[in-house]
Parts: sequence; structure tokens; C-alpha cells
Amino acid sequence: MLGLIVPAVLNGLMSGAIYALVALGLTLIYGVLHIINFAHGSLLMLALYAVYFLHVLFGLDPYVALPFMVAGFFALGYALQRGVISTFSHGKDSNILLVTLALSIIIDNLALYFFTSNTRTVDLAYAFEMVEIGPAFIPLPRLIAFIAALIFAGLLWFVMTRTRTGKAIRAIAVEKRGAELMGINVKHAYAMCFGIGTACLAAAACLLLPTFYVTPQVGYAFVLVAFTTVVLGGMGSFVGALVGGLLLGVVEALCGLFLGETLGQIGIFAVFILTLLFRPAGLFSPRGAR
Amino acid sequence: MIKREHTGNVIVAVLLGVCALLPYFVLSAAWTGFAINILIFSLLALAWNITGGFGGMMSFGHAVLFGSSAYATAMLQLHLGLNAWLAGAVALAVGALVGGFIGALSFRYGLRGSYFALVTLAFAEVFRVLASSFTVTGGGQGLSLPLGRELANLQFASRLDNYTFVLILVLIALAITIAVRRSRFGAYLIAIRENEEAAKALGINTFRVKVLAMTLSGAMAGTAGVAYLQTFLFVDSQIGFGTVMSFEALLGPIIGGAGTVLGPILGSLVLHTLGEVARESIGGAPGLNLVFYGVVLLIILRFLPDGLMGIFKPRSRAQAKPEGK
Repeated sequence: MLGLIVPAVLNGLMSGAIYALVALGLTLIYGVLHIINFAHGSLLMLALYAVYFLHVLFGLDPYVALPFMVAGFFALGYALQRGVISTFSHGKDSNILLVTLALSIIIDNLALYFFTSNTRTVDLAYAFEMVEIGPAFIPLPRLIAFIAALIFAGLLWFVMTRTRTGKAIRAIAVEKRGAELMGINVKHAYAMCFGIGTACLAAAACLLLPTFYVTPQVGYAFVLVAFTTVVLGGMGSFVGALVGGLLLGVVEALCGLFLGETLGQIGIFAVFILTLLFRPAGLFSPRGAR
Repeated sequence: MIKREHTGNVIVAVLLGVCALLPYFVLSAAWTGFAINILIFSLLALAWNITGGFGGMMSFGHAVLFGSSAYATAMLQLHLGLNAWLAGAVALAVGALVGGFIGALSFRYGLRGSYFALVTLAFAEVFRVLASSFTVTGGGQGLSLPLGRELANLQFASRLDNYTFVLILVLIALAITIAVRRSRFGAYLIAIRENEEAAKALGINTFRVKVLAMTLSGAMAGTAGVAYLQTFLFVDSQIGFGTVMSFEALLGPIIGGAGTVLGPILGSLVLHTLGEVARESIGGAPGLNLVFYGVVLLIILRFLPDGLMGIFKPRSRAQAKPEGK
């Protein structure tokens, strides 16, 4: 039995690291802009296609593409927030929600139109190399993804706590008007924040594709997991997203092991609904705080 | 100021009335089918409008109410051999119950805004996965009703009869909407939308009002589900609980004007008519109509944040609207 559970848990942790990375982007945007970005999954899907086409058309290895992808998607996120989301929503919370929903529907269905619903994968020489950890064999790319995701999360933490931009963003999250009075450019900081959140997706996509696939619907599965992670960890909480992501990866792997693939998803939704109902501010927050 | 809104209502009412009569005089059978579609989506839009429009409870998973009723009717008829009319009536109660249940759970724990949107979305998703996993619900294939085009089976010999049936349902839903708008209950709902704390402080039992609104909305969305099933004699997990249906539910009200009486119907009519025109001109690749809907939604949010009915609102008030939290 242990021989089954340990590999499942380890595999769960590997997927969990990617979930955490996707959730970090979401939680960062929520923590500062106080909006749930419904287009998050669609942007991840877009990033996966970008990595795919960089590989197929230009022979670029996903890991080599990572810095370019991160830069490119940072710019995309910045432009989206500044050019579309803030102007189209007039700054009203409920409208921001609807704008991101509309964006996600547009992006998803355009992808369906241009890329068709075929499942695409990349063939990489190292994709099937295994690493032995205790009783489990873990595919090398998944281990790389796990470590890289944690490094990226550390980097993000550094940016948010040690740089001027990060400090400005956090100041706005706490007290928008006050930060504005201190001369912080709120519009710029919002867009920076959205850009960084989107850049997380680019990194996740580069780490994910070697062992995963891409279809126009792929983002949808991830975004629900990411919502769950963020809710579990507490909206806007950095550590929460990290721990929540890893935890959910394990929950999914164990549910998949015991309930089968399709009902394994139910485990995640159950966690989602239960957390929303009983601890909407997250597992690690004082009760009642919102 | 009030006069302008009144004129707007009259203009839109006349317009909608004329459109509603078109199938009886001009439209071909194919177009009548299209009109039935619009009416079903109008029903769903009116249901969303009760909670999302009047109450400001933005649901991203209204499909869960639509789908529950559609599945309930189908299962009662197929598995228990219940008469279609009876099954339909029970299914409405199912929709109301599911709505009340989700509402009670969410509001009991004080979920609102983005959190409420998320939890409704999650419920729809859970129902979708469940419906596609069990044989009682037809699994991945969905459920089909046997053909029996008689009124006793709640099926219709002609498209026009079918249209009349759904039109009557829409008129009833419209009457309910007007009644809610004029009632104390409706005033409570609007008060909750504008400022829930203040409403509570004034002694309104906000929890009860919100759960009631979800129950009513559930019954109305359930009507749409039953009408859909009896028209197309088919439902599967994607149609019943998919995000597209949830999206449809909120598009009509947002585009037409959330929290207005005629807005949801106007929105559905305009959106689908434009969508059809676009399809005729660009060609109908899968998903393109949704791209189009998304673009329309963006444009409306950008230029007419109060929806089409907002055209008739005095400008100053539309802009001075307080930010909802």
C-alpha cells in the first residue's frame, strides 16, 4: 500500500508545484486589484500554445524559451490591464469580473477557431527519463518543474518584498489612496502587478508542456484548481498559494488513486466548496477575516 | 427624468411586442425555431435578473439551476414514467430547491461578490462532472426523450404551438418580474444590492430575502430548463451545466440592462439576432458566435455600463452610480 501511496504523493507534489505557480499569479492579482481574474486559465492556455509553437516552428526548447516567454507575457499582461481591463470596466469591481470573463470566452473560442480542438504535445528526448526517489520513479521534467517552480516562487517573493516596484504594489494593496498620495502611480503599479501575475503563467507553461498537452480547453481545468488553491490559501496570501497548491496536488493524486480519474476532480471541487463555505478567508487566516 | 425612463420602457415594450408577434405572421419555421431559442434564453435571463440584477448577487453558474430542472424532467419521465406536465412541475420545484440550497449555503457563510460568483461556478462544475459520470443521468451521452408530439406529453405538433407555449412562460416570468419590482420584497432586494450593511441595519432580514430570491430565480431558470428539454427533447451535461449556459444567463441582463424589467429580454433578443446576422455573414465555425458575444459584452461594458436600457437613463445618474463592492 505504501508503495502506491508514496509515488502518488510525490507525483501530487510535482503537479502541486505547477498549481502553486498558476495560483501565485492569480493570488497576486487578487491581493492587489481585488479582482478574480477569470481570464487566468485562458492566458495559461495561450502561453502553452506559445511554448508549443516556439518549439514546433523554431525548434526552441521549452526551458530555453522560458525567459522570453516570461518577458513576453509580462508585457501582454501589462497591456491587458492598462489597455483593456481598466478602461472597459470603468474601475467597477463587478464589471472587472465581467470583463475578465468576456476576455476568457473570447480567447478560448478564438483558440478553438485557429488551433482546432486537437490535442497537441511536444516530443522531447528527455521527456521519459526517470529519476528514482525512494520507492517512486519521477519523470525528470516533472522534477525540474517542481524545483524551477519553487525557485520562481522565491524570485517572486524577492521582487515583491525587496524591490521598489514590489513595495509600491504592496503599499497599494494595503491602502490605495494613501499610496497614491505618496506619489505612487497606481495605474502603472496595477498593470505591473497584472503583468507579473501573467508572467507566472508563462513560466508555468514552459515547465508544464514537456510532460503535458495543450488544447483550447486546457486552461479551464487549471483555473478551477487555481481558484481552489487561492481560496484554500487565502485570497492574496503568498505562502497560502504555495502551500495550497502543493496540498491540492496531493489531494488530486490521492483522489485519483482511490476514486478513479474522473471522480478525482470531484475531490478538488469538494475542497473548493467546503473551503468557500467554512473558511472563505483561507485556512491560515484568523477566522472571520475577509 | 422619470418621464424619460417611462418613454424608454414604452418604446422597448412595443418593440418586443411586435417581435413576439412576428412568428405568427411572417417568419418561416426555421426562424420560429430561432425565436423559440431566444425566448428560452430570455427566460434564463429573467431568472438571472432576479438575483443578479435586482439583488446584485452575480452568479457565474446559473446553468446549475437550468440543468437540474432539465435533467429532473427527463429523468422523471424516462425512469419513473411520470407524465410530462407533472414531471415539469416537479422539476420547477427541483430548480427552486437547488437555488434555495446553494443560496442558503453561500449566504449562511456570508459569501458575496467574487466569492459568490466562484461558488456558483463550482456548483455548476460539480453537477456537470456528476451528470457525465452516472448512468441514471445518461453519462456522457445525455438523455433523450422519446418522440410523442402530443400536448399530453408537453410536446408540440408544430413549431408555432411550441413557440406559443414558451411565449406564455416568458409572459408569466415577465409578470413575476414586474410584481417583484413593485413589491416590498423587490425593494428589499434592491436595497441589499445598493448597500447590504445599511439594509441590515434597517431591519431587513437580508439572509431570508437573498435565499428567497435564489429560490425564485431557481424556479424561473428551471422553467427555462423544462422548456428547453420539451423543445429539443435532449439534454447532456455540457448543455445543462456547461459554462456556456451560465454565460448565456448573464449576457441578456448585462447587455439589456441588469435590474430593469425589460432589459433581460431585450438583451437576449438583440444579442442573438446580431449573433445570427454575424453567423450568416462570416460563416458559422464552432465557437465564433461566443467570440462575438464576448466582444459585444466588452463593448456594452465599455460604452453602456447600464446596458441598452441605460440609453433611456439620464446621463448624470448613470455616472454618479456608487461603486459596488
